Amino acid sequence: MQVYLEFEKPIAEMEGKIAELRAISKDDPEVNILNEVTRLEEKVATQLEKTYKSLNPWQKTLVARHPSRPHFVDYIDHLVDDFTPLSGDRLYSDDQAIIAGLGRWQGRRVAIMGHEKGANTQARLKHNFGMARPEGYRKAIRVMELAERFNIPLVTLVDTSGAYPGIGAEERGQSEAIARCTEKCLQIGVPFVSVIVGEGGSGGALALATANRILMLEHSIYSVASPEACASILWRSREKAKEAAEALKVTAESLSDLGVIDRILKEPVGGAHRERNLVIDQVGDAVIEELDSLSHLSADELRRDRRQKFLDMGRQGIT
Amino acid sequence: MNWIKNFVRPKFESVFRGKDDTEENLWINCTECGEMIFHRDMDDLGKVCPGCDHHMRLSTKERFELLFDSSYDLVDSPEVPVDPLKFKDQKRYIDRLKDARNKTGMRDAVSIGVGDISGVETVVVVQDFAFMGGSLGMAAGEAVIRGGETALEKNCPFIVVAAAGGARMQEGIMSLMQMPRTTVIIQELRDRGLPYIVILTDPTTGGVTASYGMLGDVHIAEPGALIGFAGPRVIQDTINEKLPEGFQRAEYLLEHGMVDMVVHRHKLAETLGRLLRLLIDPQSSQAKQAVPAGE
Repeated sequence: MQVYLEFEKPIAEMEGKIAELRAISKDDPEVNILNEVTRLEEKVATQLEKTYKSLNPWQKTLVARHPSRPHFVDYIDHLVDDFTPLSGDRLYSDDQAIIAGLGRWQGRRVAIMGHEKGANTQARLKHNFGMARPEGYRKAIRVMELAERFNIPLVTLVDTSGAYPGIGAEERGQSEAIARCTEKCLQIGVPFVSVIVGEGGSGGALALATANRILMLEHSIYSVASPEACASILWRSREKAKEAAEALKVTAESLSDLGVIDRILKEPVGGAHRERNLVIDQVGDAVIEELDSLSHLSADELRRDRRQKFLDMGRQGIT
Repeated sequence: MNWIKNFVRPKFESVFRGKDDTEENLWINCTECGEMIFHRDMDDLGKVCPGCDHHMRLSTKERFELLFDSSYDLVDSPEVPVDPLKFKDQKRYIDRLKDARNKTGMRDAVSIGVGDISGVETVVVVQDFAFMGGSLGMAAGEAVIRGGETALEKNCPFIVVAAAGGARMQEGIMSLMQMPRTTVIIQELRDRGLPYIVILTDPTTGGVTASYGMLGDVHIAEPGALIGFAGPRVIQDTINEKLPEGFQRAEYLLEHGMVDMVVHRHKLAETLGRLLRLLIDPQSSQAKQAVPAGE
């Protein structure tokens, strides 16, 4: 079933009407609905285009969190052959908020990891809504080391509202795990491409996104804090999330202007959730292109490229 | 120091003096137990309450004076773009920044000092909670990096005294990017075999803990300091249950293996000196410079 966002109300109404008309014609084939349906469909297309051309940062936040937006497992299903998940941090447990493994990305050998939010209630609970605990980051570190040892390029897909804030997570060193994971990102001597496919929430996202190339889907967001958290800190009210999203400059376009991301991947009209396979294929191709562009670099050059990229950030181009 | 001076007089005099006494601000209340401490004693005590041993927050200057043997030099922090996001909440960020600068007399939260600790030349970076909660923005990040670079140039140890609520929200993603940026400099110190010690003071949370705050060769925490990733309020709101006693305090972190030691402020400089001398290889050139002749 199509899930509509709050600003998609007019679209929801028109698509509802189309569905109704189709139902009527099914019951009574005598009724000619073709003209009306075509007219409505055109209107939907225009409305979608209009709406999605000028999404504000808060609306983009909602699109980035859309429940039907392709998740990590969808990318794996479509793009990766021989996917072989690797579990556990060898220290405490396996955290399913981050999935990691080996496979062939459009035929290319890669280590791949990312946050999985889950597509239904059961999956969301299993994956803790994509909010990782220290074990998730420690698993990521372990698989990054493995990738380096066997000279396998690394791809990460980022989609999390942030690392999990809980007693156990703190007890077992959430900050240490994130710090080490970010450090490991900077250390490994293999090509490393990261795509922010949904939400890039704070340190929990950064720990998997400190890559040679950082790509971002058009309606994804990446931010130091969720708009709600920022609103509650600075406005003292979560209700001001819309204002916070605006002020935080969370969109791909703003982040590209600030020099934080390298490339924006266009989404189909109406967002990634409307044409999932199209988006997934596009991510698939873009990752291959970026991996190719890094393939001539030695391990040391890759490391240096990554360190320099981050050192340079903010030193130029911002007034 | 005699105990009458430290304990009895403040309480005794407070009974007989009126509230409007001009000398009233010469007495400082312990923020934990309320004990009144004469301001000069307070400085001698390194702002540790003689009554309950509570470690109160130090200014940057006080921290440098506490750690260095004697004199020290300040190193300038690089200029950074001001207000990269043109951020405005209920107030413009640029105005908040101006207020913080006027209030503290500092440019931003992080300062760099170079001096000797037990005779070992060391670069110390201090993060000051008084400046916008010590928050990690572009200026603070760049100062940590410059501090690390200075240690690399001088071939000497690097110490960060961390204190921050976390990232500087008003600098958005540029604030988040200080986490990997500062990590790069820590890696370079590591590559060169130079010691990096973190002193976690009250409070250190968020992006600071989740980057250079937890990447030290040695982690030292001050007693009672709040140290964690998520703030206690956020956790409380998420899980909706009472947090355990002493949760996220220095002693709790020690128990859970996240810090090497909890060190009383009166023992801090001495502990650092001992550690630095143990970490530095006497065979290397850096030690010749670091360890005074005759040892």
